Amino acid sequence: MNGFFSQHYAAQKSAARRLSSSPLNTLLSLIVIGIVLALPAAGWVMLDNLQGFAGNLPGVQQISLFMMVDTGEKEAAEIGSRLREANPGKWWFVARDDALKHLTETEGMGDVVAGLTKNPLPDAFVVEPGDSRPEVLERLAETFRSWPAVAHVQLDSAWSRRLDLFLRIGRLAVSLLAVLLAGALVAVTFNTIRLQILAQAAEIEVSRLIGATDAFIHRPFQYFGVLHGALGGLFALLLVAGIGRILAAPIGELFALYGSGFIPSGPSPSQAGAIVGIGAALGWLGARISVAIHFRG
Amino acid sequence: MISVSAVTKRYPQGLEALKDVSFEIEDGEMAFITGHSGAGKSTVFRLLAAIERPTSGSIVVDGQNLAALRRGAIPYLRRKLGLIFQDQKLLFDRNVLDNVLLPLSIVGLPAREAVRRARAALDKVGLLERERVQPIALSGGEQQRLAIARAVVNRPSLLLADEPTANLDSESASQILDIFRSFHQVGVTLVIATHDAQWMARFSSRVLRLERGRLIGDNT
Ligand SMILES: Nc1ncnc2c1ncn2[C@@H]1O[C@H](COP(=O)(O)OP(=O)(O)OP(=O)(O)O)[C@@H](O)[C@H]1O
Ligand SMILES: [Mg+2]
Repeated sequence: MNGFFSQHYAAQKSAARRLSSSPLNTLLSLIVIGIVLALPAAGWVMLDNLQGFAGNLPGVQQISLFMMVDTGEKEAAEIGSRLREANPGKWWFVARDDALKHLTETEGMGDVVAGLTKNPLPDAFVVEPGDSRPEVLERLAETFRSWPAVAHVQLDSAWSRRLDLFLRIGRLAVSLLAVLLAGALVAVTFNTIRLQILAQAAEIEVSRLIGATDAFIHRPFQYFGVLHGALGGLFALLLVAGIGRILAAPIGELFALYGSGFIPSGPSPSQAGAIVGIGAALGWLGARISVAIHFRG
Repeated sequence: MISVSAVTKRYPQGLEALKDVSFEIEDGEMAFITGHSGAGKSTVFRLLAAIERPTSGSIVVDGQNLAALRRGAIPYLRRKLGLIFQDQKLLFDRNVLDNVLLPLSIVGLPAREAVRRARAALDKVGLLERERVQPIALSGGEQQRLAIARAVVNRPSLLLADEPTANLDSESASQILDIFRSFHQVGVTLVIATHDAQWMARFSSRVLRLERGRLIGDNT
């Protein structure tokens, strides 16, 4: 067991030595890997932020039920009891007088309201469904429309639908990009390892002649791939965090314009771990393939 | 320890490098393999080290038939041998000490113990003061002694050397010989391929003589 650990330790040291023995090469390939990983990682973090923003946007997931104008308390009570029974989430009643008062207080509307001889607004209910998936909202709105004395059901889901669709397209695009760039990263590592193997030809030959197993010879290259990928991931993380810092303030302002208190954030600790981990895993894969091909037979 | 019987070796495009060669070498023996250039000395060396396989016949080293050895078992056989190559195969990208440490890292010896043993091996060949030097800065004789230190650092019971005194002046050659003799005295089995007949005479050792792939002499 002691031998096992010291062999792995030796392989790690040897991998680190190979990385640091050609600093310029290492730096250049880390920049390539860093940028390659940073693109999908930045997209991922951005989508995450947008999702948080969407979840925080007031009014997006509201359904308004407007009563017919000439209905009274009896009909309103009926709808109230139906809502209680359906229990779609949070809901409340907005009396027509309250609605008018609210309108009066709205900037620029005071004069318009003052000119009215009678209140043209209907009683209304506002529902904030617990489940805000677009198809659920759609189904609820359909149900409400079928209820008596309901004149109009307004579903503010057009926005939510668009955003949801946008997020779905974004996620798909980022995934495709990630797959492509993962392939690029594997290829870069593959080639780096190929050059390493060529450069180490003498050491490999001698090691074999004096009793090295295949595992002993392959191991440093695999550690090299992992280390290379992980460092590239770390570099990508720095890039994403840096971009995030630069963009956080203006995006925060934009979100605020939409009434969202959501504060954009850079990569979370688990995202950071994933970026470095994925870099390491892809580096390992590139090294595995390179070793398998170059030591064939 | 070594039993070669009816071995023929034919290289892919070449003619037969060895033809029906048989001999045995006992534990603790010191044997020379000699012959003109192209006689097949290096071929015997490579067969005994499992670098090549015989075309026919059998070779038993340390109880294992090399003709039928699994590929995966070869590294473990090699670790029991000390090999000194005709072209030395030193690594010029690392210093003297690191060259000697390589076989120890292959067997997974912990670093402290490995350094201790590598220094002991360098001391035995008189290179301890030069452990930090790059091999390129060593003389031919010193490089050969470094190759010996690397071969013996794992304390093999069988040492195989291919032309260990090639291109050395007689003083360097006799230094190498003295080192071999000291291994012989502690019971190591040695098989030394050389065309350098002059210094074989100084040992009353066994000499296997090859000529164009055939064993033509075996005198003890
Ligand atoms: N890899 C090879 N492929 C084809 N032929 C080879 C190969 N190695 C050696 N030979 C041939 O086998 C014969 C024996 O070669 P070997 O190297 O064993 O001779 P040697 O006795 O060591 O010679 P030297 O004293 O010059 O080192 C020679 O004719 C050589 O050309
Ligand atoms: Mg030879």
